[in-house]
Amino acid sequence: MGNQTGMMERISESTRSLTTGVDTKDVEHWVMIYIMGRGYRVPADLTIMTAMEFAGYRLIRSCGCRQGFCGACATIFRREGEYKLESALACQTRVEDGMSLVQIPFSPADAASYDIASEAYAYSVFSKHYPEVARCVSCNTCTKACPQDLEVMDYVQSAIKGDFGGLTEQSFDCIQCGLCAIRCPAEIVQYNVAQLGRRMYGRYGSPEPAHLKARIAEIEEGKFDEALDRLAGASTEELEKLYAASERESDG
Amino acid sequence: MPELKYVDGYPEYMRESIEVVNRTRGKRKDFVPDAMTAEEREEVLKVHPDYAPGGKRELALGPNAGDPVPGPVADLLEAYPLIDGKEIDLARADLEVDVMVVGGGLAGTAAALCAHDSGVAKDKILLVNKLRHGDCNSIMAEGGTQAADRPFDSPDRHFLDTIGGGHYANKPDVLRALVEDAPTIMHWLEELGAVFDKEDNGDYVENWGGGTTARRMHSCRDYTGLEEFRVLRDEFRARGIPKLEHSPAIELTTDGSGRVTGAVLYNLETGEYRVVGSKVVILATGGFGRLHIRGFPTTNHYGATADGLVLASRAGAKLRDADTVQYHPTGAAYPVQIVGFLLTEKLRGAGAQPVNREGEAFVFPLEPRDVEASSLIRECYVRDNGITTPSGLRGVWLDTPLIDVKNGAGYIDRQFPAMKRMYARFDIDMRKDPVLVFPTLHYQNGGVETDPDGRTNVEGLWVAGEVSGGVHGKNRLMGNSTLDTMVFGRRAGISAAQAVASAGAGERTFQHVTSYVRTLEEAGVATDRRAPMLLPEYRGKAALARMIDVL
Repeated sequence: MGNQTGMMERISESTRSLTTGVDTKDVEHWVMIYIMGRGYRVPADLTIMTAMEFAGYRLIRSCGCRQGFCGACATIFRREGEYKLESALACQTRVEDGMSLVQIPFSPADAASYDIASEAYAYSVFSKHYPEVARCVSCNTCTKACPQDLEVMDYVQSAIKGDFGGLTEQSFDCIQCGLCAIRCPAEIVQYNVAQLGRRMYGRYGSPEPAHLKARIAEIEEGKFDEALDRLAGASTEELEKLYAASERESDG
Repeated sequence: MPELKYVDGYPEYMRESIEVVNRTRGKRKDFVPDAMTAEEREEVLKVHPDYAPGGKRELALGPNAGDPVPGPVADLLEAYPLIDGKEIDLARADLEVDVMVVGGGLAGTAAALCAHDSGVAKDKILLVNKLRHGDCNSIMAEGGTQAADRPFDSPDRHFLDTIGGGHYANKPDVLRALVEDAPTIMHWLEELGAVFDKEDNGDYVENWGGGTTARRMHSCRDYTGLEEFRVLRDEFRARGIPKLEHSPAIELTTDGSGRVTGAVLYNLETGEYRVVGSKVVILATGGFGRLHIRGFPTTNHYGATADGLVLASRAGAKLRDADTVQYHPTGAAYPVQIVGFLLTEKLRGAGAQPVNREGEAFVFPLEPRDVEASSLIRECYVRDNGITTPSGLRGVWLDTPLIDVKNGAGYIDRQFPAMKRMYARFDIDMRKDPVLVFPTLHYQNGGVETDPDGRTNVEGLWVAGEVSGGVHGKNRLMGNSTLDTMVFGRRAGISAAQAVASAGAGERTFQHVTSYVRTLEEAGVATDRRAPMLLPEYRGKAALARMIDVL
């Protein structure tokens, strides 16, 4: 099948700048960005995160999964000549010429101490652990700050109404980056409120399926012991035969 | 070079092929290529990066001397320590605990919680993180968690699917623990308040994964790992278990006769070290995606640099199946800002098809990952049916609009918000147009060998999660990694808690490090390489060339 060693080298070469850092000679288009006020000329097709690395920053804070799931890289920026303060995830946002930015590496907030098994499934769980939630003035600043484009103010209102299902639906894609809480004039920590609310809904509003409980009981009774004993002791040849003969569940 | 013209997020020249894909969708709606036979699988695997020539070397020393491993892994296992111990007073511990967990993803967090549940006082537990508690691969898991809990399904079916996908190399006793504990893990998550996708009648929505013969994938939209992890982390915080962040363990300590007794931590921000004594250590440090094996981009988080393999192996722990690497079939290949990022297998489970430049579905979409990834590589580099991006990468289409065709409009909105959002950030609507994919380095299949409780051959040392090896053999199936982290995190936590009841604190020395250095010298390994790596190097070459250290 061709020259496979050469193939691996071609693949590796095509991603070199992504895996070893950007080499200036490969760059066609440039932009100026301002990292905490200081200007750096960086390749135009980088993200805020990779542009900072190109500029020479070795990230310790404000960098985690690098793919938009962990919330470590909350960043605020202004475009040149604009009054509006924008928020973004550094790993998910392309640099723009004239962008002036700073990262928010940490959002100071205490998470509640509680035992989920002994909490009341009612609004009171919020007033007990996060009483400031009642201070919401419905200004919608949190929603505007959310890099996931969630309706943050709406889920805060769901919490105030004790609507756990609504809160779960509205807040589910929250990555807890902290940008909402940093901007909130009422000093609510929205993402902690949502975390509490979702767990309450998961435990009390969305019951454990009967088929799961039934299966756990079957395992405890030893229903599968014989089959598992046989598989765990089988030779590779026997396993190959069983694997080839195993029928796929019908899609219907 | 002139600026390219873009139409709906794609350069104009790529749209021609996109239109072919959009036009042929109707014909492919009810057509799925046949799954491969064992012989066809064997043939296509020849282009897999694990089996294509080159890329590996045999270890010159250590518990696995003579075993082949990827070159960048060998480089770290045959490297000098970051510290030799002379500058550090190991006798004086800054902190003494019963259970130290190194690594705060799902496995480490589960281990800490279960050690606490099993009677270790919370102040006698310490969770240490190289970065934040939450900078881990677990949080980015998208597609799901396997558990055989439907009447059609069974733990033995789960066992057989997994060992077949793993090329029969899986360690049977740990695999059995994985499949038998899976429903219990789902129950545990339910009790903690995790919210899974459910049908109107309250049953789980369960989807296909590559290489499964039954639908057993439990998901939380395409944020499964995020939901599981943030629930466990919230529980950890609610209990007030102590943790240290931005403080990687840079070396374990042993008592001089092989038992692990603690670790030296390094504060990444201040440069200060700290010595922690612990009756047992649970390593849950994750995998090695950031080594960019064979030059592939990766789905892994910033800190996935194989630190646990280095620490464990120096202390004498045996590795297994460390020669195999998982390349996820569908990493993003375009746009350049997201190359290598994960496109969950759940997309294919819901009906998305890999399609070549000519609009042909060329592979059964749900082969085990190594087979599926190899088919994509073959299509691009052997059959030359791929599409080349402006930055020179090749890929094939993943026909995502087919998902809504098969499941009804709105399905992508509900089930794939993370994927949709990621593409929308770069002006691409994956509901209307296909997305370009190519395999990406995803997972460390092998690792430190354990018994079913996560115990290693080194006294006092447990491991859990991706750093361990055995349960997945030589190729992991989708949905078995989040499961692995919690099954063995829990088992390690429980078993370590039992062990500390009868263990005393041990002396802390670097004898194992000294003898490891001696072995390196005797083996003639002349190198300035040092390990663990801690962080990958992505700084611009121009900036690096001018860096000086004066402060």
